[in-house]
Amino acid sequence: MQTANGKIVSLEGVAKSFGAVRALAGVDLAVGAGECLGRVGHNGAGKSTLMHALAGTLVPDEGKIVASGEDRTASYNVTLAHQLGIRCVFQELSLCPNLTVAENARIFHPNLKGWGWRRRAGSMIIGKLDEIFPGHGIADDDVVGDLSIGKRQMVEIARAFTVTDEPLHLVILDEPTSSLDSVTAGQLLNFVRKLVTENRSCILISHLLGEILDYCDRVVVMRDGEVVAERPAGDFDRDSLVAAMGDVTDEQKIEAHERIEKKRGEMPVVIRARPQTSDGAQELVAHKGEIVGLAGLAGHGQTRMLLQIYAAAAKRTTDTEVDGPVALVAGDRQTDGIFHLWSIGENVNVRSLRNMVRGLLIEPAREDALANEWKDRIKIKTPNMANNILSLSGGNQQKALFARALGSDAEIVLMDDPMRGVDVGTKLEVYDLIRQEAEGGRTFLWYTTEMDELSNCDHIYVFRNGRIVAELSRNELTEEKVLQSSFEEAAAS
Amino acid sequence: MNGGLAATLKKLGEKPWIWSYVGTILVWLATVSFTMGQGGASIITAALSFATFTVIVGIGQMFVITAGPGNVDLSIPATIALSGAICMKVMDGSNAMLPVGMLIALGTGLAVGTFNYMLIRVLRIPPIIATLSASFLILSTAIAYGRGLKIKPPPLLAEFTTMKVMGVPLLAVFIVGFAVLASIVLNRTLYGRSVLAIGQNMRAAWLAGINVERTRYATYTLSAVLAGFCGLLLAGFSGGASLDMGSEYLLASIAVVVIGGTSVAGGKSNIPGIWGASLFMFLLVTMLNTFGASAGIRLIMTGLIIVAVITIAGGDKPQR
Amino acid sequence: MRNYLLSPKFLRSALPGASLVILLMAIFYTQPRAMSYFGLNLMLQYTVPIALATIAQMFILTVNDLDLSIGPFVGLTACIGATLLNTDPVFGVLALLACIAVYAGLGALIHWRNLPSIVVTLGMSFVWLGVAVLILPTPGGTAPAWIKAVMGFKPTLQLFGYNVIPPFPIIAAAVIAVVVHIGLMRSSYGVVLRGAGGNPRAIARAGWSMLKIKVTMFALAGLFGVLAGLSLIGLTSAADAHIADRYTLYSIAGVILGGGEFVGGRVSPTGAVIGAMTLTLAGSFLIFLRISPDWQVGAQGAILILVLALRALINWREAR
Repeated sequence: MQTANGKIVSLEGVAKSFGAVRALAGVDLAVGAGECLGRVGHNGAGKSTLMHALAGTLVPDEGKIVASGEDRTASYNVTLAHQLGIRCVFQELSLCPNLTVAENARIFHPNLKGWGWRRRAGSMIIGKLDEIFPGHGIADDDVVGDLSIGKRQMVEIARAFTVTDEPLHLVILDEPTSSLDSVTAGQLLNFVRKLVTENRSCILISHLLGEILDYCDRVVVMRDGEVVAERPAGDFDRDSLVAAMGDVTDEQKIEAHERIEKKRGEMPVVIRARPQTSDGAQELVAHKGEIVGLAGLAGHGQTRMLLQIYAAAAKRTTDTEVDGPVALVAGDRQTDGIFHLWSIGENVNVRSLRNMVRGLLIEPAREDALANEWKDRIKIKTPNMANNILSLSGGNQQKALFARALGSDAEIVLMDDPMRGVDVGTKLEVYDLIRQEAEGGRTFLWYTTEMDELSNCDHIYVFRNGRIVAELSRNELTEEKVLQSSFEEAAAS
Repeated sequence: MNGGLAATLKKLGEKPWIWSYVGTILVWLATVSFTMGQGGASIITAALSFATFTVIVGIGQMFVITAGPGNVDLSIPATIALSGAICMKVMDGSNAMLPVGMLIALGTGLAVGTFNYMLIRVLRIPPIIATLSASFLILSTAIAYGRGLKIKPPPLLAEFTTMKVMGVPLLAVFIVGFAVLASIVLNRTLYGRSVLAIGQNMRAAWLAGINVERTRYATYTLSAVLAGFCGLLLAGFSGGASLDMGSEYLLASIAVVVIGGTSVAGGKSNIPGIWGASLFMFLLVTMLNTFGASAGIRLIMTGLIIVAVITIAGGDKPQR
Repeated sequence: MRNYLLSPKFLRSALPGASLVILLMAIFYTQPRAMSYFGLNLMLQYTVPIALATIAQMFILTVNDLDLSIGPFVGLTACIGATLLNTDPVFGVLALLACIAVYAGLGALIHWRNLPSIVVTLGMSFVWLGVAVLILPTPGGTAPAWIKAVMGFKPTLQLFGYNVIPPFPIIAAAVIAVVVHIGLMRSSYGVVLRGAGGNPRAIARAGWSMLKIKVTMFALAGLFGVLAGLSLIGLTSAADAHIADRYTLYSIAGVILGGGEFVGGRVSPTGAVIGAMTLTLAGSFLIFLRISPDWQVGAQGAILILVLALRALINWREAR
């Protein structure tokens, strides 16, 4: 491994909070020239927040940013980061869908102007695409909105590596392979290694521990907004890395096994659904009282499947049958879940209002009763359910969303990776509650990106590219099997 | 005792609607002090009479705006004109036809609301453009239908809309009652809660089991129906329908909603504020008239106050 | 090839031009005499101000805002042009520059407070109208001779007894389209301006100032609004505060007819000019068809709805 000869950028004691949620709790991090730094941690460990601080898109509450030997904390912003040669590929796409590939390259480079800029931008971005992803099939005048998600990701990555007059020292890649197939992912990772030999640096954030272990020089493990381990990649193996991330798998499994084994098929089928992207593909079946897991890499059609089932509950379609009222627990609380102007109580009750109407009016007494019942049952930490929902921490907001679904008349509960950014204690409480409710005859469909959560499920479907590619019963469940199916080559194509 | 009063005042100060009433009182005081106290009471009576119509359409507009960013009904003036024209022609000054006239006001509203919503839902036209282009069709219909229309309203309607009890317009009393009713609908019914939820986050509302489309349809229809009734009452009040009698309510309906403390970002409404803002808007014009300001100055002041209020109130706040 | 011609992408881009051609053919069919140099000149003479106003609206729509005040603003600049600019050119130019500065300021205000543009511009429409009424209380004034000379420009070159140079409105429209196309679609900063409509966060993350972008776009809108007002009085010779009230609808309709979208920075200057031309011709066509003036406004609303319906149909086919 090449040793760092001079630091490109270092963070000292950087902290950041969003309301009651502490995303970063004083983090130190230094990146040297010519190294590939891997960063791992569970959802909500603060990886992305740290990256935004480095990219200059987010101002930390406290701490110091030192770049090229100078304290830049006061003036640090996106423009300065670019001038210092620090680039970032964000998880959510930062391309303008209404512009062409070449025009998007222009956005990134303020100095790309004057006569013939379009031709120069085009050849620059296509040249870089050719270098990283040979055989990409993208033209410089393609409108980005018309490209597939994978190609957009390739454009975005290639763009981060293009150089005009500003230097390029460090590129931060946040889950860069999430929308790439395994061939292009390999192309990218090999390119990163080549870059490192040219004395440039890279930070790789990934859920895929294999990528981290195989391609990084140094690994930083984050947990609850802090750096908990920092070692050369060679000193880690998969197990020690998982252990450092603070997995709760062991105790989890013991509890989960206590669950009475139900024979699949004894109970009536309540959901039968086929992914709409493919015809003749495998369908998903859930029986009453079952906890069904939807596994696979993030964004491979699991959420779409849940929404398809959710929509079918109101309006039946040919490829989806749902028997019984449905409720959904959102994972993306801000966009899909909470009503930010409302109290905790109103947020819990909204799904059940129909049952609280007497005559034409909603009964306040019934509203209070339901809210307070669930305050106790799911242990929402608040003095008063009439307080605004945003007064709660992220984990407790999520509990309120669970209370909304569980307190309703729904017999089927869909969960869209609901444990994102939730602390371990809360998770364990909610797991218990889900198992109790399943005993009581409720059916759960649980999309999760966290391997240990799958051990709570009776039956698991693995998704890839919008299709179901594997079906596992709980006895067959191993991390290997899930990962293998998630990554399997599309053999035919 | 003093502490209690201070606390009460502080609590009142936190209500967004209080400022429209404070503004109303200040403007009234300025007017009355200019006239040396003359006509102070009659100004209030006039303000109550005229504000009533703004309140009616303002409440409809408020429900629409509460349904979230981008939702606004620009077809209110045209609907007022159309409803007024048809009602007057059908009733033809006969008291006996009054119930039919009311049904027509209702029917016009239902038709306009359904048409607006169809444009929004089926053709996926943004509400602003949908209601705007619909308003041109509606206005043309009103012009073609009501050309040269000079029909007096039924005497009963004219009497009802202009009747005063001890200086208080009877219609205003009714509309205060209606505002209370609207407030109950907003806070205590399934429909009201649905509107508030959709206004905060349409996707979250759908995922929380709310029937988003039905609620939006009801909201646009409600606004159009209220505009229809406003057309009927306004024609009764001013002794007949005219084609431009609705035109001032385009800005007014939006202005009273915004000034009254309803959030333009959606999800937060304020009904008392609509009354306060309607009185304020009327008294402001009265004050400028009293001061001898020209039409130009009146227009400029009206516009600037709306821009100022929305600037102070601010738009959508960032989520975190 | 056939597949390409039936693809939604091609159909969408062909829609504006096709609408124009179909309308022209319909006009020539009903009124063959219109197919002459002077016929075209007459039918198209208002293209220039409408196209300029449409381009102004397009700048605002590019950054996901909407300007409901462009009509009264054009009216105001027409009033300034017919009064101050004629009597005191220096002062007149300063007044017009001040108008543009206010527009730029509105862009800054809307960005700074994150305000809904429709409420702000609706308020401003009253301000513009008020100022216009103050400047020119009754219709009148005189347009400066040089503007009239520019707008009355009739280049002629006869070959084989035919005018080979197209009428001035067509030349002017082409010049407007080309200039704005180069500025917004081809220049390197134009890309940033459009990107700000497509993904404002990405633009901000790349280090561009969204404030500067909004100010630029609103200032450009102001500039083209001024040009629209001046070109309008070049045709009418006199002005009136209400001379351009309908331009708000025209400008929105023009952008939409030209294939522009309400959000997402997808606009087309060429399309917008074609859209403006289509609208102008539609007015003439309705007259040729002897459609009662009552329905003129409504017909324009209907055309707008029709085009949006066609587009919804194309998009729906694409989604399947």
